[in-house]
Amino acid sequence: MNSAPTIPPQFEIVDRPLDTQMTISMGPQHPSTHGVLRLELVLDGEMVVKATPDIGYLHTGMEKLFEYKKYQQGIVITDRMDYLNPLGNNLAYCMAAEKLLGLEIPERAQVIRVLMCELQRIASHLVWLGTHALDIGAMTVFFYCFREREKILNLIEAASGGRLTPSYFRIGGLMMDLPAGFERRCKQFLDAFLGAVDEFHTLLSGNRIFQNRTQGVGRISAEDAIDWGLSGPCLRGSGVNLDIRRANPYCGYESYDFEVPTEPDGDVWARYMVRMREMKESHKIAVQALSRLKPGSVKADAPKVVLPDREAMKSHMDALIHHFLIITEGFDVPAGEVYFPIEGSKGELGVYMKSDGGAKPNRVHVRGPSFINLSALPVMAEGEMVADVVAIIGSLDIVLGEIDR
Amino acid sequence: MASEPENNEINPIPTLEAGAPSPLVAALQREHPEWLAEVIEAFDEITIIVPREHLVAACSFLKTSPETRFDFLADICGADRGVEEDPRFEVNYHLFSTTKHHRLRLKVVLSEEDTHVPTVTGVWRTANWHERETFDMFGVIFDGHPDLRRILLPDEWQGHALRKDFPLRGYEPYSLK
Repeated sequence: MNSAPTIPPQFEIVDRPLDTQMTISMGPQHPSTHGVLRLELVLDGEMVVKATPDIGYLHTGMEKLFEYKKYQQGIVITDRMDYLNPLGNNLAYCMAAEKLLGLEIPERAQVIRVLMCELQRIASHLVWLGTHALDIGAMTVFFYCFREREKILNLIEAASGGRLTPSYFRIGGLMMDLPAGFERRCKQFLDAFLGAVDEFHTLLSGNRIFQNRTQGVGRISAEDAIDWGLSGPCLRGSGVNLDIRRANPYCGYESYDFEVPTEPDGDVWARYMVRMREMKESHKIAVQALSRLKPGSVKADAPKVVLPDREAMKSHMDALIHHFLIITEGFDVPAGEVYFPIEGSKGELGVYMKSDGGAKPNRVHVRGPSFINLSALPVMAEGEMVADVVAIIGSLDIVLGEIDR
Repeated sequence: MASEPENNEINPIPTLEAGAPSPLVAALQREHPEWLAEVIEAFDEITIIVPREHLVAACSFLKTSPETRFDFLADICGADRGVEEDPRFEVNYHLFSTTKHHRLRLKVVLSEEDTHVPTVTGVWRTANWHERETFDMFGVIFDGHPDLRRILLPDEWQGHALRKDFPLRGYEPYSLK
């Protein structure tokens, strides 16, 4: 234990008479707990002495369900975990299975994966920004954010058919190629997006109330952040330059030109600034990915794993047989275990997949970044005012679907 | 257990050559051979099976040693090999270094009768919730854990949901007695 949470000495539990302390239950219906999080707060006046998160209200046993579904059926479950970043979940799951299978993914599919994931990251950050500002009391930002998010959801819907649960990635590539006119619509969105980010800055960054509510609140040092396993923008907000896209590149991220934004302060404001800057970096990556789109296949050349084209099934007997076998029996995955981490919108999203050689996984475990980030909430919240707990939860950007799984 | 992929597909990730352990494993083998019950290198990932009595010592060493610097515990997850298997349970520790960016998996295997593992919350504090989740889902008991309670399921829940002999579906409503 290198450093205990810093509580000012006047608020030590032992030295105060019991009747000045009060335990309240915040949530699970509290609107600022982003779902069904319950916090047990021990208060001394307005000061938080102890915060204990209580989770599990949304537990649906997804990890159990994976073991009863074929590999390709598991993709649909991943959508429901972090429902603000479903494409990231699809990607982590599919790439873990692809690592076990040793599949090589065509260039076009890789580029589209990067493009869609960055759009999804922007959409996820927009929900965070809107709700975070709403928690603190700025309502207008919410509408501006959801206006932009709507455009991204329309793009995702055009590509996959789904808005919230796209299931667009498949083991071995994509469900289908991008529709006609997608590139034009995507370019239209990206051209206007940087202006929208400037609008968000105008609304919030210069606002004195917002600054006072966030600066110096919910601090966590870089050493503590690493020790508590924080990842993603929460870790970079403490000044640690770590991004899985750079550290363990996948999908060809090493060839894209982007910065990893970091802020040294480790408070709510720093995490806010990191995400605001990340949206611009994601925009940069998406523009590069769009310019790299070349015609080609979006599915790996593995007929026993990847579903054949509809047209091929009408003319080729073997395509029809493969289709039938994949749908009815699934495909066997070589025995072994892998852990595949990606940089989700909230941090390190890792999928541990263990195969025993059959068509269903033996064990799938998801390292949900929200789960770990939330576990560090007491470190940030203890010693703060009760009203700031809302700001701190907002700055962690948690999604309870992923925490409870 | 992990093995090389059997199919003849092109593998984009270069797997380490058989018989040539990575420098990390070689160094550990030289200094602390008792920590390495078994080393598996597959899919470009290194797995070390550690006897549980050496787990905390190995973790502390891997965290602080300048060659390894595994200061970030990415994940802990349990797994059930099957009801008939012995040892039945495994606990996987996924280690990551924020400076060197390399990864390592430590594995502890447990028999059904004795599911005790020493806690690593003293090494990485993030292990707290991971261990609570593993306890909740598999019934693995982490000795010395500061707050070993169920985390996702209610405290009154019977059984451990991710064990292979726990049914997927129940036909009676769960009620708090």
